[in-house]
Amino acid sequence: MELLQLVIGGLANGCIYGLVALGFVMIYKSSEGVNFAQGDMMMLGAFIALGFGNTDQMGLPFGLAVMCAMVLMFGISWGVERVVVRQIFGQPQFALVILTIALGFVFRFVAGSIWGYTPLVLETPFAGQNLRGGGIVISLADLVTIGVTLVLTVALWAFFAFTKIGLAAQAASQNQMAAYIVGVPVMRVNSLIWGLSGAVATVAGVLYATRGAIDPNIGLLGIKAFAAAVIGGLGSLPGALLGGLIIGVIEPVAGRYAPGELAKMSPYIIMLIVLVTRPGGLFSQIQMKKV
Amino acid sequence: MSLLDVNDLAIHFGGVKAVDGVSFSVDEGEVFAIIGPNGAGKSTIFNLISRVYQPTRGTIRFDGQNITGFKAHDIAGLGIARTFQNIELFDHSTVLDNLLMGRHTHRATNFVQDILFLPKVRREEREHRRRVEQVIEFLELEAYRKKMIAGLPYGVRKVVEIGRALAIGPKLILLDEPASGLSVEETRDVAFWIEDMRRDMGLTVLMVEHDMSLVNQVSDRVLAVANGQPLAMGTPAEVQAHPDVMAAYLGTGAAA
Repeated sequence: MELLQLVIGGLANGCIYGLVALGFVMIYKSSEGVNFAQGDMMMLGAFIALGFGNTDQMGLPFGLAVMCAMVLMFGISWGVERVVVRQIFGQPQFALVILTIALGFVFRFVAGSIWGYTPLVLETPFAGQNLRGGGIVISLADLVTIGVTLVLTVALWAFFAFTKIGLAAQAASQNQMAAYIVGVPVMRVNSLIWGLSGAVATVAGVLYATRGAIDPNIGLLGIKAFAAAVIGGLGSLPGALLGGLIIGVIEPVAGRYAPGELAKMSPYIIMLIVLVTRPGGLFSQIQMKKV
Repeated sequence: MSLLDVNDLAIHFGGVKAVDGVSFSVDEGEVFAIIGPNGAGKSTIFNLISRVYQPTRGTIRFDGQNITGFKAHDIAGLGIARTFQNIELFDHSTVLDNLLMGRHTHRATNFVQDILFLPKVRREEREHRRRVEQVIEFLELEAYRKKMIAGLPYGVRKVVEIGRALAIGPKLILLDEPASGLSVEETRDVAFWIEDMRRDMGLTVLMVEHDMSLVNQVSDRVLAVANGQPLAMGTPAEVQAHPDVMAAYLGTGAAA
């Protein structure tokens, strides 16, 4: 029973890692680059939702506040791509790594200067509600997190597999020149994917905030999410979710049964094991990348 | 009437005049070849027409429209398709998916319709697949339909790229050295396909090619360039007999 309880909490946690990992994968799929500001975009999205929704701030209803935050974060991320990231188009990958790490610092500073550094709580309609059954307690927040994550993963997968824009994004990631020549506006598609990953990050941030207080440093969770994305094989959306779930479950289980600080190291140990045994990730990119 | 009009085209990279004052026009239904020694600026002319590069001066008109200010992604929609000397394919995808990607500009359904896979999307998808199957049959790619590009031999990838260009459904197809690296038999196939493209599909073909036997066999007119400048234009025989061409390209007295 205790194990089951740990696993359920771990799955919900893992969903958040998975959602942030989805952001990594989306940007990787469209531009073959890694956005290390993904975790900070999650943090900013959570704070913006808090700004729209909390009663001492703008006080909008929860659902509306989340929608507004998603739209605003879409705009911010889209704009960041247009104005900043596009300037280094064609530069080595390393430039994007440094640039996005710097962007992460900027986001943290912006959030810190608006909302301060003391932890704040996002007001949600399902705070403190629990479901009980068979000796297990499941918080409503956990259930919502798991449900929303599943729906979003399927939707994004369908987006990349079936829609004109999604296919164009995948084409551009495989060969930009070829994408141009079949009529894909590569730059415009990139901006759009950045915007979309901002909106997804916001959902991750809101779900994170349903589980505890937030401060501008929660974006560091992005490192664990990156490990999740690598475990899944950077190009695969279902892989990212799976990677997130693995890390999410291992952490509390290791914390309970393994000695000392092993729980904190466990995500990275798993990442190393996967990289050594299956360098392409659990869902190798070659297999998943279909146009 | 001329489908493509290139007038006084030039591009300078710093002090290097890669293309310098090239003019020609390609008539509808014509097979037009550009020849010249390595580094003459042939591929650069292609990159200018397909809008990868912005010219320093000159204009490009296609189908009566000035396309000099257009973007690279606008070209497919106008009805211009191209291949590349170094093959630019979606390497981690199948042959079929590469060809289907050629239909990109013809997909008229929106995002919500796509996700819901509405009857309209299905109808369109069937039409795209039908068109792509025609191309597969034409180029005899049936055996490779589901194969990944990355594992295919050079000659097949070359043909797949021509296939993707045809899947775009163009009026004008630009072939950048379609015979380079191909065997004699494969080159003969390319020659037949080019003739069929013109005769059966009503396409206009502009190609850059080194293989003079292919050029002689399929082209109506030839433009010879060297050092970014035009040397001679005319029938294949006329151009090859031109003294400047012989000097610049073939060495004095030699004939291919």
